[in-house]
Amino acid sequence: MNLTLKVWRQYDIQDDGRLETYDAKDIPIEASFLEMLDIVNERIINDGGEPIHFDHDCREGICGQCSLTVNGIPHSKEQGITVCQLHMRKFKDGETIWIEPFRAKAFPLLRDLMVDRSAFDRIIAAGGFIDVRTGSAQDANNLPVAKTRAEASMDAAACIGCGACVAACKNASAMLFVSAKAAHLNLLPQGAPEKDKRVLGMVRQMDAEGFGNCTNLYECEAVCPKEISVENIARLNRDYAVALAKEAAV
Amino acid sequence: MSLDSKIPEGPMDQKWTKHKMDSKLINPANKRKYTVIVVGSGLAGGAAAASLAEMGYQVKCFCYQDSPRRAHSIAAQGGINAAKNYQNDGDSVHRLFYDTVKGGDFRAREANVHRLAEVSNAIIDQCTAQGVPFAREYGGLLDNRSFGGAQVSRTFYARGQTGQQLLIGCYQALEKEISKGGVTMYPRTEMMDVVKVNGHAKGIVVRDMITGKVESHAADAVILATGGYGNVFFLSTNAMGCNVTAALRAHKRGAYFANPCYTQIHPTCIPVSGDYQSKLTLMSESLRNDGRIWVPKGKDDAEAIRTGKKSPEDIAEDDRDYYLERKYPSYGNLAPRDVSSRAAKEVCDDGRGVAPTGLGVYLDFKDAIARLGEDVIRARYGNLFQMYEKITGDNPYGTPMQIFPAVHYTMGGLWVDYNLQTTVPGLHCLGEANFSDHGANRLGASALMQGLADGYYVIPSTIAVYLAGEKPGTITTDMDEFKEVEKEVDERMNALVNVKGNRTVDSFHKELGLIMWDNCGMARTEESLKHALKRIPEIRDDFWKNVRVPGKANGINAELEKAARVADFLEFAEVMCYDALERAESCGGHFRLEYQFTEDSPEVKSGSTQPGEALRRDDKFAYVAAWEFKGVGAEPTLHKEELTFDSVHLAIRSYA
Repeated sequence: MNLTLKVWRQYDIQDDGRLETYDAKDIPIEASFLEMLDIVNERIINDGGEPIHFDHDCREGICGQCSLTVNGIPHSKEQGITVCQLHMRKFKDGETIWIEPFRAKAFPLLRDLMVDRSAFDRIIAAGGFIDVRTGSAQDANNLPVAKTRAEASMDAAACIGCGACVAACKNASAMLFVSAKAAHLNLLPQGAPEKDKRVLGMVRQMDAEGFGNCTNLYECEAVCPKEISVENIARLNRDYAVALAKEAAV
Repeated sequence: MSLDSKIPEGPMDQKWTKHKMDSKLINPANKRKYTVIVVGSGLAGGAAAASLAEMGYQVKCFCYQDSPRRAHSIAAQGGINAAKNYQNDGDSVHRLFYDTVKGGDFRAREANVHRLAEVSNAIIDQCTAQGVPFAREYGGLLDNRSFGGAQVSRTFYARGQTGQQLLIGCYQALEKEISKGGVTMYPRTEMMDVVKVNGHAKGIVVRDMITGKVESHAADAVILATGGYGNVFFLSTNAMGCNVTAALRAHKRGAYFANPCYTQIHPTCIPVSGDYQSKLTLMSESLRNDGRIWVPKGKDDAEAIRTGKKSPEDIAEDDRDYYLERKYPSYGNLAPRDVSSRAAKEVCDDGRGVAPTGLGVYLDFKDAIARLGEDVIRARYGNLFQMYEKITGDNPYGTPMQIFPAVHYTMGGLWVDYNLQTTVPGLHCLGEANFSDHGANRLGASALMQGLADGYYVIPSTIAVYLAGEKPGTITTDMDEFKEVEKEVDERMNALVNVKGNRTVDSFHKELGLIMWDNCGMARTEESLKHALKRIPEIRDDFWKNVRVPGKANGINAELEKAARVADFLEFAEVMCYDALERAESCGGHFRLEYQFTEDSPEVKSGSTQPGEALRRDDKFAYVAAWEFKGVGAEPTLHKEELTFDSVHLAIRSYA
């Protein structure tokens, strides 16, 4: 199949970026979207240019490193996948495809389609963990967890930290990410002792990183490759209110 | 230099306890004076970095990904083994130990494997306490499933993303230590070389992948947890960035490389469909709990399927060959990986493959769906079925999956002693990057177990054996040793961008990968290996004359990163072939066509094995082959660590 690509090129943060046009001819319909970019890059290099830079690693939808906005939608309009799981059979011959980075103030651009998402790591470091020293755990079956609760925790834990939720949000809010990470631990009895501290720490770090506020548009849920539910945002708001009240009462 | 494995004296089940008792300790107030470098942030590296920091050591942790949470351990799907015996089905530490030694085709070091089985239970406890959402039963207790090579259910899992959940647990522990100041994290930073001072590993030289700056880091000890070398084949289930650079550079600085020929070809991957392909996708082994593997009995039927004249539903039950159930009735579709992969190759070589290329077999859920209903199958494997459908466009609930073996894991790695120290003092190696626990074949759900065992439980104890003899904080990066290595790395990077040839990095990587797959892949011969040993240096020479790396050595340059890794694969591939050539036997993931049982073998006549099974030669090859680097293109020197089997009786490995 033959395609036209409009790709965001920007050498570094100082550079003014621009959309450049590439012809992508004779692309096998079975190829994945990133393999299509590989083919285009091979041709760019052979023609003496510098390839389009984009983040990617596992190419099976789990590492969360790939981060492309395809035709205006993070990870493309296909539901429940990362862009590395997108295949060219979803496009029509002759189509023009716009490819841009995940844009957000808290994700500074590095080069072309690569952005810096280390803000997410700092949010986890601010409380997104259970403090249990290696070697100090009791037998795993000493603490039964109701299956429904364990499943709800697992649903939240499926987040791969890609940042599509932020890129899709007009406010660049990280609420879906933060709420999923908090819910994963807050829903489990193991996570209870640090729940208030965790919620306050993560939300404050999120604000400090420059993410916007949530105005309940749910674009985040629509683009999430792991289909994380916005119920987690409601959970986080509730837990945050409780933690704030407790903090004020002390 | 002779290899001293430092296996503790005493009965097998007391060695680890005794070793911990006999080893020196470092008192808590002194630990903070020591700096330890950990390269890699997967299950082994992440667990080590977090645990060492908890104990009080100053840790510097490095990864090439943009976040430590993305290390390739994340992609493990199926599960993690432990000898909990929660199912009351007869499991024990001894049985897990036994299964692992046998599964490794008697080429692993017994004492290490026993220790692995001993600490397996504590891993499940630790991960559960961290909040890893393992699958549970309605009573709230942990659930298990079965994996290949075992007749008990000992595998713990978190849907089809056990690796991600274990890694998140590990990463959260790491971030906790980062916030407390015990760990300094360096993401998007690639290790380029090891630095030795007075013969001891005392630091590393890295390249900052954003600025391109080459920098040194000093420490009192260095730990490599840098994963496997499967990407030497270009196509594998590894992430695109997985590479051998750290291990190869350590090897070139004196660390012996052990058993590089042991590569695991995973039986259930989505088949190759074209030369544009960048990687292969694994379908979890757990699918073999409920899926049945088959090809048509007749070549005509297979041909009709390949050309689209027939579909799998057209093949009558009696015309299907469920070859694993036929050949290995007691393990059936859960035969170990090496055995299952070879069986798939055998039926495809026989002209009965089903994919358009002829290289594919069916994994069929029709019976399981009829027995359990589609909902149960969706609950067990939903995300895997979804992944399959996204890639192939086929719906596996309605039509069988097509699968074929693909490179997945590497059992070989840097040689380490019982303390996980390489032949370079101070340089330690954990997880897939070392060689010690899986022998010639790794059983499913054992990689996660080993990575976490090494990181959470082994190295925190054994690193003190080395550090106790070292005065902390004596090394600084302004020493000549660091400046020299920095200069070498700088020159290597500049040399790559200055070749300015006419071929892309990937074109060389693909060429090398094909040579390796055809000659040192699922089946090897003396002839094929000699051919590869002739071709690899030719490709390497061509690479250094004709590679084109656009851009500059400073700043972000993805092609330069790839080029540096491919250059190292081109050196590493040779030692792999030398090892495969030297090992004139078949065992586990290493299958030499010259060494297989035939109709005339006494063992076949007596019924203890079948024609075509791997012929191991214990009298000659019951050793670890540890290779010493002798120069690029020069034949490495072989050192042998003889393996003794005191607790598990050496036997033909039968799954019939």
